[in-house]
Amino acid sequence: MNAIEVNGLRKIYPDFTLDNISFTLPAGTIMGLVGENGAGKSTTIKLIMDAIQPDSGFVSVFGKSNQTKEFTQMKQDIGVVLDEAYFPEVLSARDLNKVMQVTYSRWDQAVYKGYIQRFHLPEEKQIKDYSRGMKMKLAIAAALSHHPKLLILDEATSGLDPMVRDEILDVFNDFTRDETHSILLSSHIISDLEKICDYITFLHKGKLVLSEEKDVLLDSYTIVKLPYDEIQNLPEDAVVRRKKTGYGYDALILKDRVNGAFTQERITLEDIILFLAKEDA
Amino acid sequence: MNIIISNANNQPIYEQIYVQIKTLIVSEKLKEGELLPSIRNLAKDLRISVITTKRAYDELEKDGYIYSVAGKGSYVAEKNTEIIREANLKEIEEHLRAICQLAAGCNLDTNDIIEMVKVISEEE
Repeated sequence: MNAIEVNGLRKIYPDFTLDNISFTLPAGTIMGLVGENGAGKSTTIKLIMDAIQPDSGFVSVFGKSNQTKEFTQMKQDIGVVLDEAYFPEVLSARDLNKVMQVTYSRWDQAVYKGYIQRFHLPEEKQIKDYSRGMKMKLAIAAALSHHPKLLILDEATSGLDPMVRDEILDVFNDFTRDETHSILLSSHIISDLEKICDYITFLHKGKLVLSEEKDVLLDSYTIVKLPYDEIQNLPEDAVVRRKKTGYGYDALILKDRVNGAFTQERITLEDIILFLAKEDA
Repeated sequence: MNIIISNANNQPIYEQIYVQIKTLIVSEKLKEGELLPSIRNLAKDLRISVITTKRAYDELEKDGYIYSVAGKGSYVAEKNTEIIREANLKEIEEHLRAICQLAAGCNLDTNDIIEMVKVISEEE
């Protein structure tokens, strides 16, 4: 069972085109959507939630097209957090509880109160007096409190300090202890995604660069640093990208195409993404 | 049950899990018939990918160290001394292959290596 299937999605704006995006999020896993600002992450999320119409391609959630009538009902199973808090600012966490009871048929007060306590959120304070971190934690608490099977989060950890981010990642980690629970989250903080994701989907300038298991990515690539005159010693088919520095070359290479003669640097997901986003220099 | 995933280690994560669980089984720290943590809980506790953890369990099952019961989980398999011996032989072979490659690189012949092995065994 797949939580989300995206197939050949295209959305054309006057100044931006999201082009032919396809990926699959299997149920029970976490997928990170990476890409620079304006790469198309939020557009993709809006298309999945049927907030905007694609020019071509289709999306299915839990095996059903998001263009069917059932999708409206299915939204009860999806918890969404966008990068801007969207609750009325005059409400308090306690007021929000009452509003949500009438919005979601499966709203669970006990779960909500549990998260409010876990996140140390003041119940009486108006949301407008919350810090950015508190607003984000409130949005996540609300998204988790109607027993969703799928969480979709757009930049939910950006702008937050490392302690709060780690706390939130722990919550996501625990959420997916249930094998029917899945998460799609976009972020440009790649280290956060490296910590918790099973799959990585990388968008660049509206195009899909890759959608792959995180550990396969980390095991496939490595970085080799060489002086100018030794770069040709690397097999040509091993070099994916190379970058000229002041004193030599840094090359992103495919691990299985070279032998142990080259010193391989430890690689992070961020290294891979940054290299792939750049043209050869 | 101790499992340490190290990022300073060049070994792929699934291999680290595979080797460590295998070692726990061979050394009998995990006893025959014992229930292993579920793939999902182990992955979440170690904060590693579920897919990677599943791959490690699949390999352990394929090699006869564990077996899984649908809906219940994975258990340590009855110890098959033949399988363990076979696995150890395979590992020795792999190490020897690496030794031969290294030796060729610094012009050592087979006799030199045998000599080195003798010296080391006497030391032990």
